[in-house]
This record gives sequence, structure tokens and C-alpha cells, in this order.
Amino acid sequence: MSRNIKNFIVTIVLSALLSLVLPWWSIMIGTLLSALFIPLKKAAVFFIPFLAILLFWGVYCFMLSNANDFVLAKKISTLLKIGGDPYLLILATGVIGGLASGVSAILGKLIGALIRNQ
Amino acid sequence: MVLTFGIFYALNTKMGAIPPLGKFLNPHSGVWQNETNESTSGEIIIPGLKEKVTVHYDEQMIPHVFAQNEHDLYKAQGYLTAKHRLWQLEFQTYAAAGRLSEIFGKGALNYDRTERRRGMGYGADQGIAYMKKHDPETFRLVQDYADGVNAYINQLNPEDYPVEYKLLDYEPEAWSPKKTALLLMYMTKMLAARDKDLEYTNVLRLVGKENFDLLFPDFFDITDPVIPKETDWSFIDVPQTELPQNYAVLDTITETIEKPNPDNGSNNWAVSGAKSATGNPILANDPHLGLNLPSIWFVMQLSTPQHNAFGATIPGALAIVSGFNQHIAWGETNATRDVTDWYKIEFNQDRSKYKYDGAWKDVSVRVEEIKIKGQKAFLDSVLYTHHGPVVYEKNFKSENERAGYAMRWIGHDGGNHQKTFIALNKAKNYDEYVSALQHWNAPAQNFVFASTEGDIALWIQGKFANKWEGQGKFLMDGSNPANDWQSFIPQKFNAHTKNPERGFVSSANQHPVDENYPYYVFNDGYETYRNRVINDYFNSKEKFSVEDFKALHNNNYNLKASELVPYMMATMDASNLTNEEKIVYDEMKAWKFNNDIDEVGPSIWRQWYGRLYNMLWDEFDNDSIALAAPYTYQTIHLLKTQGDHKFMDIVKTKDTTETAKDLFLLSFKKAAERLAEIKEEKGDYKWANYKGTYAGHLLQALPAFSRFDIPIGGDRNIVNATSENHGPSWRMIVEMTSPPTALGIYPGGQSGNPGSKYYDNFIDDWAAGKYHSLLFLQSDKTTDQIIGTQTLTPGKNE
Repeated sequence: MSRNIKNFIVTIVLSALLSLVLPWWSIMIGTLLSALFIPLKKAAVFFIPFLAILLFWGVYCFMLSNANDFVLAKKISTLLKIGGDPYLLILATGVIGGLASGVSAILGKLIGALIRNQ
Repeated sequence: MVLTFGIFYALNTKMGAIPPLGKFLNPHSGVWQNETNESTSGEIIIPGLKEKVTVHYDEQMIPHVFAQNEHDLYKAQGYLTAKHRLWQLEFQTYAAAGRLSEIFGKGALNYDRTERRRGMGYGADQGIAYMKKHDPETFRLVQDYADGVNAYINQLNPEDYPVEYKLLDYEPEAWSPKKTALLLMYMTKMLAARDKDLEYTNVLRLVGKENFDLLFPDFFDITDPVIPKETDWSFIDVPQTELPQNYAVLDTITETIEKPNPDNGSNNWAVSGAKSATGNPILANDPHLGLNLPSIWFVMQLSTPQHNAFGATIPGALAIVSGFNQHIAWGETNATRDVTDWYKIEFNQDRSKYKYDGAWKDVSVRVEEIKIKGQKAFLDSVLYTHHGPVVYEKNFKSENERAGYAMRWIGHDGGNHQKTFIALNKAKNYDEYVSALQHWNAPAQNFVFASTEGDIALWIQGKFANKWEGQGKFLMDGSNPANDWQSFIPQKFNAHTKNPERGFVSSANQHPVDENYPYYVFNDGYETYRNRVINDYFNSKEKFSVEDFKALHNNNYNLKASELVPYMMATMDASNLTNEEKIVYDEMKAWKFNNDIDEVGPSIWRQWYGRLYNMLWDEFDNDSIALAAPYTYQTIHLLKTQGDHKFMDIVKTKDTTETAKDLFLLSFKKAAERLAEIKEEKGDYKWANYKGTYAGHLLQALPAFSRFDIPIGGDRNIVNATSENHGPSWRMIVEMTSPPTALGIYPGGQSGNPGSKYYDNFIDDWAAGKYHSLLFLQSDKTTDQIIGTQTLTPGKNE
């Protein structure tokens, strides 16, 4: 299994587990840890966890919202002025999660590098 | 590292109006967790319950509560209200207490100061103190309700908080009996704090006594009062307070505190068995309040083995407010009595004393700490006299160093209002209804009543000062003891009627009584149209059915327009109208005075009369002092009977002297011009589009959580009193079969969660004039109309 796929899976699993006990920033800790122990290279450092959390949150949101006919997602989408489209809100949520975890992964990679250099 | 924490901070912090996006949107604890309907099954542990409580839900999401005793019942009511309406429940008491700055920051400070200076918290404290001292049993029930609310709050994790908490980034706090007292103060403010004493004082100075009496008569030339005119008052043996030597204080007041919506009012009526098509009395109620989401009402069935009540509750208050039980039905309209008076206070040098009866009396100080989100708290010292709080002084809307205006308001007198509803829920007959009402001080209400025994009645209940003729119309000198409220009208002499000969009782915020009632009743903005339509209807035939009641609730007849339009059309000179104006003129001519959704007449009337009113009372259009212009009825009366009075003249046009006839034409032309613009903008000016009725979310009608363009007719001063954002907030019809059969609907839904399909699901049927049958269960057995059952049980160790 490539390192990228390994990191991708571990990021999701760790974040999901941590989310049971921590607030929303559990994903930032999850990606930091997986970046620490499964370091990636170049742009993948950011983009693999970015995609992992985008997928994780996106699917999770879809499942919650789909079960309720997207009633609230449409309203929140109107509230945030993105046109009342629930899918756009799901995407936006995923991107926000992805962004948070991407920068967190970069931090994890840096910490990992510092530790290894000592 | 900085970038990571920067992103974290940005996503976790509320910035301006934007919620903290990470916290708000994440699927674990953000709004996605609110994307659900409410649970209606399972077993829930509520600490402190004595026995098991069964809660059945019907398909309208109405909870039917079966408790074994009243303590458990009100605990369950608190719990269930919080479960469905937590944010609204709490937000209303923040608004009542003047605590909105805690949520919104400095922008709300002026609002908060006004509420503190009005003495909202002070009044709530008086209410709690009274209850603790005089009725510990009721206080215990209020505490039970609080325990129920708190049981719900304590079960919540942050992901379960209602959407609004996430949006505004704050958390629910514990509930307490004081919050129930604050809610009752909020209702009192909404319904009994719209006095115009200070405005009238300015008007009096501006126009003189003779003109004032012409513009603001104590009684209009027609009266169709709540208590029928032929009522015999000879049983009253306590006289009205004698008139002292007195002069109004002619101060100039530039700005006054915000008043509640003058449209807050209601209809209720009941017909006797003899006047009912089925032989059973029938009762109806529809309170007219702001159309908000979540709705002001939450419908419940509340029962113990000793009683079984059903109807509309207000989140925060115990028991059914407008509803019925197995024996009686009741409902309220606002009695609109003047229970707020103002006194000019003269202070000593350091404002520690004020002048009274030729001596100096001590001022007491209540320091109000107003917490502000993200800032240091604001401390406001409010000075109190024996009259009440000095609302206006040099620190608030006044520049006078050594004087102020104190407010005497019945809302500050304490009382046991909660007891009235708790007792009404259990009342079995007329006597028990009357005894329940005795505890009610404010806001004064017209309590309509019908029983399965066949009685109908209406009591105007409140605590009313026995005033001398004219007392409290204007600002009074606070140092003269004769200006104090001398005594109260004994409760048994409050105006009422039982089984009147005409076979029906009704009220629609009109004059409570005619001139023959032996106490002073000042016209404090009484309604003069809905009452006449309702009473004419009930005088129009022998028998009435539930279908007739529905028709009357939905009656769109515009009596006001019908009393002026024909006169204007006949009087004004229409010979020089342009072609466009002629079209509007003909449309108006064809109108039959019904405010139905597809008519254009109501829109023309609104434009025309609105402009006419402003042109006529241009004398009152003054930014530098607070004024009140005359009421509609007197306005129309003067237009028709004194068309050449000097008030008709437009002040600005120095070289011409306008009469009513001129004003009709001028305002018509302006109206036609504006209507043409509206047609350009919107395509037409049919009433539904013109009016654009909406139910706005409590957060300033946040569009995402509100409903717009609701297709419904009516308007203010019409029985179907639906204007833009105001109207029949709960329509109920109860036929006194045994047990009663009832219909009810309100413009909202049982859920406070915008993510629930039960949030606004009643609105379409409400707008269409439809009703829902209320499922009045006679036992806790499940039927096929029950969609889910929840059991509330005591904690395991109890």
C-alpha cells in the first residue's frame, strides 16, 4: 500500500475516533498525528489529509442531511448566502475541514522533522 | 505553527455576524447535528419525578401528557417545552430582562437600558416575592417547571444545542422561577404598557384643552362595549375617587421609550346553547400578536387523574393559557386599560431625595449591571421613588439636572398570575372560573368563558386603580399626594357579564363599558371596528354553528374603509383625474370592501388613507417632541363632520387653506402615483402581493429561518386581523359537548428547530383558513392517531 493511501486511511480513522471525545478540531489532531507518524512528501503533505477530511466530512454531512430531506442544509445555505444549495454547503463544509486538517498536517510534518533531526 | 493556530482561531471564533465556521459547520457538533425531526419515543430519566409520566405525540407533534400529580405534570411541561423550544424559551426571557447585550454586544445596550429602566427585573422580583410569601404551593409548581427545563438542559451536549446557539456562539443557562416571572412581565409589557401620557402632555400644550378633547374624546360617538350597554351597575357601592384640584404638568418631552405594537389585541366570543345550532355553547379565541417563528404558542394536552386540559401554552409559563378542559373553555383578549401613569419628580441637589407632600422623601437606587459580550459590563443606576422607577432623568433621554419622570405601572405591583392559569386548567364551572381570575392583576384581559353546563360569561380582569376623572391622561405632579393612585376598584366590581340576554359575549379590544359604568375609564386606544363586525354578525341571525365561527375568524370585511370611501368618492372633485388616476378611481369604486387576497381595493385604500392621515395630521409631524396623532375612528369622524376645521389645512402651504375635500383629492393623486410605481416594480398591486404577510424568525426575521409571501387576506381593524407581520397567532374554536370538541391552528409549528419539518408546517393551512381537529385524549391508552410515545421516569436511585 502506498504511503499516501495509508496516510489517507489513518487520517480518517484517527479523526473519526478522536471526534468521539473531542470537539470539532479533533480532525486537526487526527491529521497532525497521522502526518507525524506517516510523513508524506511535497504537496501531498497538505492535499492527502485535505482530501481525506473533505471526503470524511462530506459523506458524514450527506448522510445526516439526506436522512432529513436536506431541510436545514437548504436554510443554512441561504443563511450563509451561498444560494440555498445544500450540496454547495456540504462542499463548503468539506473544504473548511480539509483546510484545517491540511495546515495541521503541515505542522505535524514539521514537528516530525524536528524530532527526527535531533 | 502560526498558520495552524491562525486557521483554528478563525474557524473557532465568531466574527461580526459570521458564526465561527469550523464550530458551526462541522458535522460532529455543528448545525448538521440539528438536521433532524424530534424524537417521539423511548424512555427518559428525569430526576425528581414522583411517578412515571406518559407522553403521546399525535401527527401534529402535539404532546399529550399524562402525569399522576401536578408536580410531575409541570416538571414534564418544563421538560417538553425545553425539548421543543429551548432557544426561544430562553431568548424571550433575555429580551424581557434587558440582557440582549450579553448575546449581541453593544448594539443592544440601548434596548437593554430601556427594559431595565422600565423595571422589568424589579417587577419580576416583586412577583417572586409575592408568590413566595402568599402562595408557596404555586411557587413550588413554578420551581417544578424550572426543574423540568433544567433536566433537559443538563442532558444536552454541545452538539444538541439548538441552531441559534451555534449561530450566535453561546450556551443555554439554567432556568429559574424568576425567568417565569420575567416572561409574565414580558407579556404585561407587550399588552399593558402602551400609554401615551407623555405624548398627550405635549399635544395638550400644543393644541389646548378644547382641541385635545375634540381629537381624543373619552368616548367616541358610537360605542359597542365589551360588557353590553344595558348592564345594570347598581350593585356597585364604592364610588369613584373624587376629583382633586389639579393641573397637568405642561413639560416638553422630546423622546419617549419604545412602545409595544399597538396592534397587539385579539378577538374572542362565545354563544349560549340557545343561540348555538347544536344546543351546545361554542367559544372562540384568536389572539393577535406578532407573527414569529418559532411561534409564541406551543400546544399541549396536560392531564392528571384529577383534571385534563388542552390548548395553547406560552413557553416559560405553566399550564394552558388559551384552551379548554373536560368542563369549561376559556380564552383571552387584551383589555387595554390605562395602567401606566407618569409623575414629574423634583430632586434635591445630590438627587438623594425628592419632593413629596411638602417634604423630602428618600430616593432608593437599584444598580442594573448590564453585561456586554466582549466588553466591560455597563452599570446603570436607576432611581426609584414610591411611584416607581424614574425612567427618564439626566442619564437617560432627558437633560434636566434636577427633575425626572417616574413611572407608576401595575406591572411592578407583584401578584400571582401563574395561579390563574393553574386554577383555570382545573376549573369545572363558572364559580371556579371566577375564583381563578381573582389572582390576575396584569396585563388586564377580557377572559371569555363557556361551560358544558351551559353558561357563557366574560370578565374584564385586572387590578385597576380607582382613578379620579381624567387621572393619568397626562403627566402629573409627583409631589402632590392627591395625584397618587388612591385605591383600587374592588375586584368584584370589575366589569363582567354572565349569560346576557342577547345570547352571546364577545370582545375585540374595544371600550370595556359605556359611560354608565361608575368608574373612570379613559379611551386608551380602543378598537372600534372588529367589535362592531362581530356583534353585528351575532345579531344577524338566530343560530350559529362551528362553520359560522370559522367564517367569522376569516372575515375580511373592511368596515373602516366602508365608512369613509363612499364619502370621499362622493365629495371629492374627480373631474380632472388623468387616465391612469381614473383607472384607480374605478377600481376603488368597484371594491366591495373585502380585503381578499386577489382584490386591489385594499391596496388602494391603504395608500389613500395612509397619505390622507399624514396630510391631515401634519401638525403632529414633529421630530423635536414626542407626539401622538388621533386614532382612526376620530380621524374619519372629523373628516366627515368637520371638513373645514383648521386641522384640515396643510401647514406648509401658506397661501391656501385646504379642507377635507381637497385632502381627499391630493392624497388620492399621491396614492395613484405610488400605486403606478408598485405596478411597475411588482407587476400588480393585488392585496396579497402588496401586503406580503410573513412569519419572521425571532432574530430580526432572519430570512433563512422565516416564511415570506404568505397568501392571506385581512388587515388591522378587520376580524381576520392579519397585516404584514401581525395577526391571529392562535385560532381556536371549542364546542362544549361532553367532553368538548375543539379545532385549533396557529401560524407556525410545534418545533423550534428550523431543521424540523414541524417548524412551520401549520402555516399553509392557517393562511387558507383551515383548522386542525385537536385530539382530546380521555385516557393514556394509545390510539392509532398516536405517532409515538415517550415515557418520563424518575431517576433510578429515587
